[in-house]
Amino acid sequence: MKMLWILAMKELRDGLRNRWIAAAIIVLGTLALVLSLLGSAPTGSIKASAMDISVISLASLSVYLIPLIALMLSFDALVGEFERGTMMLLLTYPVTRWQVIMGKFLGHVLILCIAIFAGYGGAMLIMTFVTDASMDGWQAYISMMMSSLLLGAIFIALGYLVSIFVKERATAAGTAIGLWLVFVVLYDLLLFGVLLIDEGQIIGQQLFSMLMLVSPTDTYRILNLSMFDGVSQAAGIAGIASEAGMSASLLIGVMLLWVVTPLAATLLIFQRREL
Amino acid sequence: MNPANKTSDKVISLAGVSKCYGSETVVSDVSFTIQSGECVVLVGHNGAGKTTLMKMMLGLTRPTAGNVEVLGSNPAMSTAVAQHKTLGYLPESVAFYEAMTGREVLTFYARLKGASLSNCDNLLDIVGLSHAAKRRVGTYSKGMRQRLGLAQAMLGSPQLLFLDEPTTGLDPSLRHQFYELIDALHKEGATSLISSHALNEVEARANRFIIMKAGIMIASGSLDELYQQAALPVRLKVSVTPGEAASVADRLGAEINISEINNQTLKMSCFNGDKMPLIRRITDLGDVVNDLQIMPPKLDEVYNHFMSGKQIDGGQS
Repeated sequence: MKMLWILAMKELRDGLRNRWIAAAIIVLGTLALVLSLLGSAPTGSIKASAMDISVISLASLSVYLIPLIALMLSFDALVGEFERGTMMLLLTYPVTRWQVIMGKFLGHVLILCIAIFAGYGGAMLIMTFVTDASMDGWQAYISMMMSSLLLGAIFIALGYLVSIFVKERATAAGTAIGLWLVFVVLYDLLLFGVLLIDEGQIIGQQLFSMLMLVSPTDTYRILNLSMFDGVSQAAGIAGIASEAGMSASLLIGVMLLWVVTPLAATLLIFQRREL
Repeated sequence: MNPANKTSDKVISLAGVSKCYGSETVVSDVSFTIQSGECVVLVGHNGAGKTTLMKMMLGLTRPTAGNVEVLGSNPAMSTAVAQHKTLGYLPESVAFYEAMTGREVLTFYARLKGASLSNCDNLLDIVGLSHAAKRRVGTYSKGMRQRLGLAQAMLGSPQLLFLDEPTTGLDPSLRHQFYELIDALHKEGATSLISSHALNEVEARANRFIIMKAGIMIASGSLDELYQQAALPVRLKVSVTPGEAASVADRLGAEINISEINNQTLKMSCFNGDKMPLIRRITDLGDVVNDLQIMPPKLDEVYNHFMSGKQIDGGQS
């Protein structure tokens, strides 16, 4: 445990040193603030609170932004150390390979945690002065931040898998962008395209729910847009998740699986790797 | 090579170790043991398999065949990791986290090793980097990186040191300092394995040499043993009373291999076993001999002998 902490702190210090954390806080904070303040205007007749609107717009934005930030943090984590030669020296120290991976993971998740909670959380604090928020809205906002962290953890893990798989940093960067495109853009496009063509003949609700659960970004979306009444009414998708038999714990479980699987695969490849 | 303590304190033992990358064999059937407290030098050209051998002993790579045992366990097993606390390694071309300062790098490694953090500044001082401790490693020169590499290898007073070409990029005074450091660790009972292609530099320090060529261990032993194995001729230079050289040569007899002769000096060579009889014959010549110089083969010659796989010219049949 001590080793994990030493390795995690190194990553955290790196993040502070290269202003990475600061930049992420500014980006996330500014966007959250802008979206929340803009979003608090057109609440009009549907009686949606500003907080709920913020959750919807931030969740939609996070689907794009958080995976990108997470992949940027992680794609270089292993291949970079192999390429520079620092991994060889590190492994002659009393650390096991799983400690190296998990230490980095812990560090990167901490970086993301700071960025999300400082960025989104800061915006939330400012909003409390501007608008009135219901208890439900607060909960939805906080759960949005937590699930954003979980979404980030998924893409950090996926980034490691890319990082251990490829031989060069440039390839890792390219693959990471490809991964982002697939999960954030292409999969949904493809799914909706198929749905349009299919017109409900083969793909029923059950299959559709399953297909949504395959993609971690969709799981995140469902989790945020449909788990709180205020939010799901404002988003216009009230009750969709519960009708499809998706509970919050199922959705979180799926997301956790998306964290564990790539991490385990990375570790397995790393254990066999010869330096 | 000393049979007395062969089983007592075996720190490293390799048995029939081979390593192939694809169809290329980098190390082929190497076996040796290193006892506690020894300083062993791996000698060989680039690509002889020295670095690969070290990597296998550090558990970074696994042998294709054979067994490696370091401090009583297989280094490729994750259980061996705990022992890394007591070993230090300096890679051939050491790389650091460029964005960290020298001191940050050293304290990071000290934490991992569980070594005292207060010793870091001391180590930086020893390797002459205290003035650059607060500078980013990215700005360091090759020599400075090497010195930082040495400092990290010394963290936590290691019991076993693996040093891959340790003195490349170091100036002579630092080289000297470096070997003093190694000597100090040896006095405390440390064992070290140093790879080098500069034989003369390590000659005085090493207990034993292991000569590698194209992945094969072609010789191993102390300096004396290597001399014997190489069976290179000893050279003698005899100074005689001016004008007497030719007669001295006659008196010594035709079977002596005289390579050079002039008015008052004779240069001759013989094998180690024939050396004493020859010296006796020369001293028996009496007052005509003014001086006698005996020149054992140079280390370079021994090295070249093993490297080229053939005898060096000058020997008698």
